[in-house]
This record gives sequence, structure tokens and C-alpha cells, in this order.
Amino acid sequence: MLDLTPKEQSERSALRINPIKTCQPVGAMYAALGVHACMPHSHGSQGCCSFHRMFLSRHFKDPAIASSSSFTEGASVFGGGANLKTAIKNIFDIYNPDIIAVHTTCLSETIGDDLVGYINDAKIPEGKIVVHTNTPSYVGSHITGYYNMITGFIKYLAEATGEKNNKLALLPGFVNPGDMREMKRLMTIMGVEYIMLPDTSGVMDAPMTGSYNMYPKGGTTISDIKDLGNCELTLALGELTSEFPADFLEKKCKVPYQTLPLPIGVENTDAFIMALNHFSKNEVPYEIDEERGQLMDILLDSHQYTYNKSVAIYGDPDTVLGLAQITMEMGMIPKYLVTGTPGKIFEEKAKMLFDKFGLEGCVAKAAADLFELHQWIKNDSVDLLIGGTHGKYVARAEDIPLVRVGFPIIDRYVHSYMPIVGYKGAIRLAELILNALMDRQDRDCEDEDMEMVM
Amino acid sequence: MRQIAIYGKGGIGKSTTTQNLTAGLGLMGKKIMVVGCDPKADSTRLLLGGLAQKTVLDTLREEGEEIELDAILKPGFRDIMCVESGGPEPGVGCAGRGIITAIGMLEQLGAYTPDLDYVFYDVLGDVVCGGFAMPMREGKAQEIYIVASGEMMALYAANNIAKGVQKYATTGGIRLGGIICNSRNVDGEKELVQAFAEELGSQMIYFVPRDNMVQRAEINKKTVLEFDDTAGQAQEYRNLAAAIDGNKMFVIPKPMKQDRLEEILMEHGLMDI
Repeated sequence: MLDLTPKEQSERSALRINPIKTCQPVGAMYAALGVHACMPHSHGSQGCCSFHRMFLSRHFKDPAIASSSSFTEGASVFGGGANLKTAIKNIFDIYNPDIIAVHTTCLSETIGDDLVGYINDAKIPEGKIVVHTNTPSYVGSHITGYYNMITGFIKYLAEATGEKNNKLALLPGFVNPGDMREMKRLMTIMGVEYIMLPDTSGVMDAPMTGSYNMYPKGGTTISDIKDLGNCELTLALGELTSEFPADFLEKKCKVPYQTLPLPIGVENTDAFIMALNHFSKNEVPYEIDEERGQLMDILLDSHQYTYNKSVAIYGDPDTVLGLAQITMEMGMIPKYLVTGTPGKIFEEKAKMLFDKFGLEGCVAKAAADLFELHQWIKNDSVDLLIGGTHGKYVARAEDIPLVRVGFPIIDRYVHSYMPIVGYKGAIRLAELILNALMDRQDRDCEDEDMEMVM
Repeated sequence: MRQIAIYGKGGIGKSTTTQNLTAGLGLMGKKIMVVGCDPKADSTRLLLGGLAQKTVLDTLREEGEEIELDAILKPGFRDIMCVESGGPEPGVGCAGRGIITAIGMLEQLGAYTPDLDYVFYDVLGDVVCGGFAMPMREGKAQEIYIVASGEMMALYAANNIAKGVQKYATTGGIRLGGIICNSRNVDGEKELVQAFAEELGSQMIYFVPRDNMVQRAEINKKTVLEFDDTAGQAQEYRNLAAAIDGNKMFVIPKPMKQDRLEEILMEHGLMDI
């Protein structure tokens, strides 16, 4: 298993092996599923749509609905206008969503389909909506597609009526439904009225009720998306993911925005809570103080098991940066940080984190792959891996414990229901990391060193 | 900001006309950007004095996605900002996608500054695929001018381009501003092109006579207006610039059926040649 990964590194310019990213439409589809009664629509061939739905279903263990323009040879030559027109008619006739969110594919992008024109031309039933975004997968990653789709919703729907709604616009970043629930819980405790876009809780973690509902209860409502334009402030969580739509909303509706890292770990969650405090002017209630205090207690108690342990973290850029922050707060050394999503800003942000904690010799790389990470590990190993499922082969080859956090996790259950954000999320991360390290100690130590009490 | 796209049959003189026209507008004190949408990347050569402009797509290929605007946008004659989209070598890749990428990149990098009076897109040949229609899309060029001559094939191409304009005009705000006749010294040329333009429901906005001065200036890597602004041809281009600057006639063109197009050609005696 991965035994042939060579220790010696050689220069590569084009080839990526296990790239830690996927297609733009996967992100776009996920964002669209976070809008209530929305049908994500893939404008391209059927294979694209199937792959993207499967990718999401494997992670969330829930159905990811989406329709396709079903391109054929003819559509590739004559353009996909007729296909989209028919698709819009059929989707509203058969599946009756409130809104269709169209995203493009590599094929429709390459032939240069004019989605604005097609949608202007389409017959859309009274009271129904069609929006779109462009998602060529040869640019960026699923993260790009995710924020492009959010921007698409804002572009078509958000409007400033001139009357403020005293609400906070929250862009949650590319996170699980469990994280979105945690963010909403914290905002409610802080007395902040909010509109969150997207909100996949209640959709991608919908309960089993005995009957199938194509459009579960969750998701941001269309009226809320329109009302985004009247918000006082946008809080964009995950600077590399949410700034783009936040900036667009500012340009379109003059809603100022503030960016923050994903609230992973103590300091990042503090920043989130303080931003909420600043917005609502409500004091931080004891309930939140208590959670923070519990987290501090846990980190202090367990510090001896995490101190100076080295870790390699891979995944989506904001998630990796957040995880780097919490591991450093636990006294660990995030020796390698890698993301498949391109963008030098990831490396700059990582460098700032290393500097803040006074760490030297740590490396961060964007547009990287797991093959390269594996080579680094072969040359200088780490005590722990944190990331999605694809790293399990490296973990096995190098016999390093793996903590599954991030996207995609397609070989375990429950993770998408549980937060990694907020103090509660940090407590969960601490438990996962400690369990992995301490299980390893129990497994590897000599008989005489086996400890009953740890 | 007026955004204008120039289309026309290959070799008709789109790039030469566009550069002389923009030079004329530049001399009127206008702030202009010229976007060359041709893989050959020769749309701004005269404005830049032959300076080899590094294309957006070459820069993208060599330096990755994080490029600076300065690397691809160069000021030329009268501070006209010049950019070339570039594209693949003949026979490989997808030039249409190249144009989509290049224009997307310019938008993203903030090349469309509010102080610009004009943005010109110099687009190659015919509107053969979605990529070449990119400059006509929502939020891009609002006005189209077609460069043509009294030659039959040039008018065939112009009629085809009008079909593309008509298609986008019904969904967006794009309009045909007129036909620029770049004379080839064909008999009855002016009348023919005029009749053709009127049949489209448009106008021949200007008749640019043929003059070897254009070739002389080109060999010196200059527009006529820069090379010798006292030349008669320089005045012609200044007039063209003034005509476009003052143009008020913007229409959805009514392209002709093949038979009607041939009828017009017959009426003006072209078939006798």
C-alpha cells in the first residue's frame, strides 16, 4: 500500500497525485443544498452530476439531490440552451422546487454557454426563481465553486430596500451541518439575530421520519437571501472561503463585512464570540463562559500528552488553518500544512500562524497533493495526521495515527453531525486528538510501561 | 464607459482600423482600453510601437493564476491601455475558452476602472463559438461595429456576424452601431456597403478610403495618426473617431437571407466583375 512512494522528491509542474481537492460543482451543489426547497442543477453531461452527487452522499451519508442538463454530442456542438430550457420546464413540472440553482461544468464552460442569456430567455413559472453561477473545474477547487454559488444567490436575490433589518449576515465557510448548527446555537445564546447562507443543517443531516421528502425542513429561505441586502454587517467565517461573497454583498448592497478565521480552537472562537458581542452589545452569558472554561480545563489536564507532538494537517484551506491553530494551542507542532486548493494566501496565513506561536521549520503549501505530503513524511515523520479519508493510505503506509476531520470523510459515520467549531467543537477535537495519541501510546509501549491511569 | 466590440471577416483590417480609431479617440482626450481577442495577439502592435505584449494566457500559463494587472496591461500611444488575450497555437486547444478566461481575468484583476471612457474588443474573424461571443455578453460590449468592404465574402461574413448580434440583442442590451467600410477600391463600393447596411436596418458609419499610408505606418509599427498626423488618411481616421464618438444610431440588426444578400450584390453590379 503506497509502498512505492519514493523518498526522493523530484520537481513536478503539472502532475498531481491525490490532490486534496475536487471539482468546483461539488462545492456549488453543497451550497445550493443549503437553500430551502432548492434544486441544484448541473449544466453539463450526466456523468458530472452523478459524480458530484455521489461525492456529497458518500460524505454526508444522506441523499444529495440534483438535476442535469444531460448534454449529448448535439448539445456540445449547438450549445446547451435548448437542454437548459427543457430542464427548467421539467424540473418545475416534476420536482416543483421553489428555486433552481444552476452551476456549469467544464464542458458548458469550454463551449462558452451564455447562462445569463439562457435564463433570461427561459420560461420560469410565476413565483419561481432560477439563479446560476459559473463553475469551471479547471479553475480553483470545490471551495471556489462553493463561494461562487453563494455569490450567485446574492447576485440574483439580495436587495437593499433601504430599511435595515438589524440582523447579522453570517457566511459560515465550507463546514458541516453540525458546525452550522453550532454557529447558530452560539448566535442564539448571544442574542444575535442572523441570516446564515447557506445552511445545510436540516438538509444534509435531516432526520429519518419514515417518509422521503425531497426538500427537507432546513436551508436558508429565499426571503432571507433577499433580506441579506438589509443586514447591518456580514461576518465572513473562513477568510479564504467567505470573503469573496461578503465583498460582493458589500459592493451590491453596501453591507460592510468583517472576515474571521473559522472559529476552530480557543482564540478563533474567542474572536467569533467577541464579534457577536460587538454586534449585539449583549454581554457574553455564563453558558458560554462555562464552555470556554471547560475547554481550558481539558487542555491543561491533557497537555502532557499533546505537548511537542508533531502533526501533519491536510484538507480545505480554512479548515487546515483552523486546525493548525488548535493544535498549536494544544502545544503540538503542525509541521506540515497542505491544501489542494490553489492560492498563495494560504501559505502566507500559515506563515503568520507559525510566527505567532514562534515555530520554526514548519511548512505550508497550497495547490499541493498527498503524494508530496507522503514524501515529506518519509523524510521526516510526524506523530499524527489530521484530515479526510484520502490520507488513510499514508497513515497505513507510515503507521501514523489518523484523526478524521474535514472533507471528505467517506469511510466513517456521524462526523458531519458533530461540530469542530466553537468551544464545544474544540472539546470534541481535543478528545479525538487525545484518543488517537493515547491509544497509540497504549499500543506501542512496553508491557512494564503500560499505564492504568493516564 | 462605452464598451465596443469590433467584428469582421478575417484580414479585413479590424485591428488596423481599431487601432487607428482608438488613436483618434485618444487624441480627442478619451481614456481607452483595447482588448485584443485574437490568439495571434497582434491587435495592439501599432499602439505599442511594435512592443511585444505578453498575453494574458501566456502569463497565466507561465506564472500561474496569481498574476498582477501590470504584467498584462501596457500603456501605448496616448496612454491607451493595451491588453492581448492570446491563446493557443493554430490547430490545438480552444481559443474560444481562451477569450472567456482572459476577459474573466481582466474583470477579476480590476482592469475595468471607472475612469475609462471606452473599452474596445478587437475580436478575430467570425463568431464561430460561444467564446468568441464573450465580448457580446451581459455587462460587456453594448455596441458592435462590423468592419467590411465591398467584397462579397466580407459582406457574407458581416451578415453572419449580424445574426450573432441579433441573437444576443434579444436577451441582452447589445446593439449594432454600424458598418465601418474599409475600402478595397471595389467598384460602387460605397453604395453597395451603404445599401447593405440599410438593409440590416443600420448605417454605414464611415467610409475609410484605401491609402498606402496605412501600410507605410504599419511597417513603422505605428498608427497613421502617430506616424504622420498631417496625412489625409490621418484625417479620415479622426473623422471615423468623431463619427463613432457622436453615434446615436443603435439597432437590433435584421440579417438577410442568402437570396436577398445576393440580390443586393447583383443590384450594385458586383456580380459583373
